Amino acid sequence: MTAYKRYLAVWAALIVMTAVTVGVSYLDLGLWNASVALVVASFKALLVALYFMHLRHEIKLVLAFAIFPLLILGLIIAGTLSDTMYR
Amino acid sequence: MTTHDPHKGAPVEARLGIWAFLATELLLFGGLFTAYLVFRLEYPELFHREHLRLSRVLGTLNTVLLLTSSLTMATGIAAIRHGRQRTLQIALALTLALAAGFLGIKYVEWSEDFSHGLFPSSNLFFGLYFVMTGLHGLHVILGMTVMVWLLWRARRGDFSAEYNTPVEVTGLYWHFVDLVWIYLFPLLYLIG
Repeated sequence: MTAYKRYLAVWAALIVMTAVTVGVSYLDLGLWNASVALVVASFKALLVALYFMHLRHEIKLVLAFAIFPLLILGLIIAGTLSDTMYR
Repeated sequence: MTTHDPHKGAPVEARLGIWAFLATELLLFGGLFTAYLVFRLEYPELFHREHLRLSRVLGTLNTVLLLTSSLTMATGIAAIRHGRQRTLQIALALTLALAAGFLGIKYVEWSEDFSHGLFPSSNLFFGLYFVMTGLHGLHVILGMTVMVWLLWRARRGDFSAEYNTPVEVTGLYWHFVDLVWIYLFPLLYLIG
């Protein structure tokens, strides 16, 4: 598969996932609405990062540069919530 | 041909540089996402009520525009790696047009909000909405500015299969702007 065709397939998957997440938002699933929306968003983000941002074929050092800030953000969110949720 | 041939792509220093910059960008937006999370957990009814005032249709349309602009950007990089200068120029022009469309719709949305008396000071939800989409919009404008420069250089024939580092680095920035929107869209428009 050429790069063009692969990108087109990734784009099609992104559009389908957008349609799914918008469709689900019209249903009332209670707490599940947020979970479904965030899981779908994360799959979309993964596709963009792996294919459009070339992380699938990146060397380990660049991958570490991409992943490390996510861990820091996780710490910030966990640290903040551990304060605000237990006041 | 693989999507990433390290010998044809940007040198590793350039890739590390842009990823380090994207790390600071992630934490810039990350602070706002954290604030969103804290307040949404504290005032779920307010967020649910207020998010219904946003246009899901326009938000979806903008998501499609931005995802498509990532496709044209990635296509342009794949093209110049094969030395196809004309395809790169078309891809950059299309990316710019899609980005302009995104901003146009954002303008319509904000105008609607203002005419309905919705401002950043209206409530916590709209405060976060305007700051987050505003900061994101500034990133779109910055990306477009860089792309105009890239297009000018591409028309001059500066880029080739051997040298296309500025295109690839700008592409990584542009996909990051897309990534931020991938999360902003559901958080603001779909689940508030």
